[in-house]
Amino acid sequence: MAQMRYREALNAALREELARDERVVLMGEDIGVFGGAFKVTDGLLEEFGERRVRDTPISENTIVGLGVGAAMTGLRPVVELMTINFSLLAFDQIVNSAAHIRYMFGGQVSVPLVVRMPQGAGHQLGPTHSHCFEALFLHVPGLLVAAPATAADAKGLLKAAIRDDNPVIFLEHESLYGVSEEVSDGEEQLVRFGRARTAREGSDVTIVGVSRMARTSERAAATLADEHDVSAEVIDPRTLRPLDLDTILTSVAKTNRCVIVEEGWPHGGVGANLAALISEQAFDDLDAPVRRVSGADVPMPYSKPLEDTAYPHEGDVVAAALAVLERPGAPGGSS
Amino acid sequence: MPTLPDPAAAREWLASMTLIRRFEERAAEMYARAKIGGFLHLSIGEEATIVGSARALRDEDYLISTYRSHGHALVRGTPPEKVMAELFGRVDGCSRGRGGSMHMFDLERRFMGGYGIVGGNLPIAAGIALASDYKQTEEITLCVFGDGASNQGTFGETLNLAALWRLPVVFMVTNNQFGMGTALRRHSAVTDLQRKGESLGVPGTRCDGMDVLDTHGVVSDTVRRVREDRRPLLVEAVTYRFRGHSMADPEQYRSKEEVEHWRERDPIPAFGDLLVREGVLDETARAQIDVDAIARVDAAVEFADASPLPAPQSLYEDVYVLDREVRGSYSLHTTELRPGEAEAAEHDGAGEGAEREDEIAQQMSDALGIADEAS
Repeated sequence: MAQMRYREALNAALREELARDERVVLMGEDIGVFGGAFKVTDGLLEEFGERRVRDTPISENTIVGLGVGAAMTGLRPVVELMTINFSLLAFDQIVNSAAHIRYMFGGQVSVPLVVRMPQGAGHQLGPTHSHCFEALFLHVPGLLVAAPATAADAKGLLKAAIRDDNPVIFLEHESLYGVSEEVSDGEEQLVRFGRARTAREGSDVTIVGVSRMARTSERAAATLADEHDVSAEVIDPRTLRPLDLDTILTSVAKTNRCVIVEEGWPHGGVGANLAALISEQAFDDLDAPVRRVSGADVPMPYSKPLEDTAYPHEGDVVAAALAVLERPGAPGGSS
Repeated sequence: MPTLPDPAAAREWLASMTLIRRFEERAAEMYARAKIGGFLHLSIGEEATIVGSARALRDEDYLISTYRSHGHALVRGTPPEKVMAELFGRVDGCSRGRGGSMHMFDLERRFMGGYGIVGGNLPIAAGIALASDYKQTEEITLCVFGDGASNQGTFGETLNLAALWRLPVVFMVTNNQFGMGTALRRHSAVTDLQRKGESLGVPGTRCDGMDVLDTHGVVSDTVRRVREDRRPLLVEAVTYRFRGHSMADPEQYRSKEEVEHWRERDPIPAFGDLLVREGVLDETARAQIDVDAIARVDAAVEFADASPLPAPQSLYEDVYVLDREVRGSYSLHTTELRPGEAEAAEHDGAGEGAEREDEIAQQMSDALGIADEAS
């Protein structure tokens, strides 16, 4: 094990996979000479050269399409988009090409492409650099979606993503790049897709937290235990497609109550989707309606107090958990 | 005027153009009889552009096309049976009935597909060329698109990037004078399309897309330069589609006289006449080429009609490459009523899928000549 930051864990994953497999090629805006807008690719150009680590022009749709073509013909490209809102310029290639090519050509080819991008609010970047679009990508059959919340998962999931034969949307959280944690330094320590992480065990309420919200949920669970005598189980799905619904349903069968926490918008969100699945498949297990905590239904504002209000914090999760336990603010007692 | 190729090649070009023509005519008939659904974009009139350019390629080169792609599949050697079966939505279609008219594909013959989004194939072409270059092969990619696509963002983005990275791509704009129903002069400020790549570092040239010899000559020269100089070039093929944009086109944007004027330059009789004049063919042999093409298309229709429709149970196949190591659901089977049943079905599917994956992976590796270095 080694202590490393989330960004360093990603960097290590890229370095190891570049060294392991000649077919892996990195492409993106300012990933080489500049070292990456968030320094995730720092030092890789020096180590692997311009053939493997490629600075691109600012042409998001084309660099994703380029990755698709290269993936169809034998490479394993990893494309970095500088921030998640820029992925909207590439939505044509992500959906119409990357996600659909295998299916629409009758399974003759696969598209082993990874598209990495940072998401999330908190840095006052306003309405074009701050969103969480897990739900947009989750919506699309043909894509896989990973959203690591820890440094260890960042490394293990990225390595698994690069080795996967499907196109993977890899959502990093901008606020987590600096987080320093224990990370396995084994080169074969992959975090396989479709396996949720139970971040904390508990018996009173299940809290499902996506991306950074897994960590916010963990802090909320600590507060619930310390201040409200509530035992919350926190589950981080880690990948939204494939989705480890079994782990979530098993937890709900135990706790009979569920809160889903995401940073993205509420309409058609990850929480809306999960709440529907839980109500369809575990209605009899529920003692209260599933509750969602999400980002506010607005474009992300710039001004600090507005931005802070527009995405969920620990207190919001605590309040939601107490609400599904039908004892707002009150410690003690159990359902 | 460019010289004729050897007689066997000349006959083959005429036969290929004739096959495409007869295939498209029959497809139109089948569409009218509701054997074919969706859109149907025919390339009648553009056969010289298709055959002249494709015959400038080596077998290992790649060809990538648009939603008007039947002719490109046929010229690459995809059996007409498989193309017709795809139009009929049958399991033996080249895309197993998943793609339809706009999405033909044949990996084995390096026809890298028809794409339904105007300009959507350009970045993919550059990616294919990147892989060729990366693997240090001599392969080039011929990327075909229409005059309308030259206004898409991907045109500028891809030409710039391909020039910057010196990727071996021939960009061929099939200028058939219309972006759907909008005439070239009404959709492009620069109508001299061969020049449209100049500011992006991609010089261009032009060929007469109604003349298979001229098209072949110009594209061959361009392909050779791209292969040797490792840089992209643009070719404008000036041509005309005799039919509407799709079958659902009343053609109110052009006059009958204009269409008639172009029909006088029909590339198939023109090339046939030339071959007879030059003594490559006699009239009997020429007629036989047409008879053979019609017979081939008859067989294609018969095959497509006999091919089964896909089973509804196959709906979820090939959305993903399934991995036994991966848990959790890739797809939500919302049509399944009971979770227990859904789970069982998924497990069955995963098993079969995994076996098919191995097969497909092997075929793909064989077709692309890739050794699976890392597994």
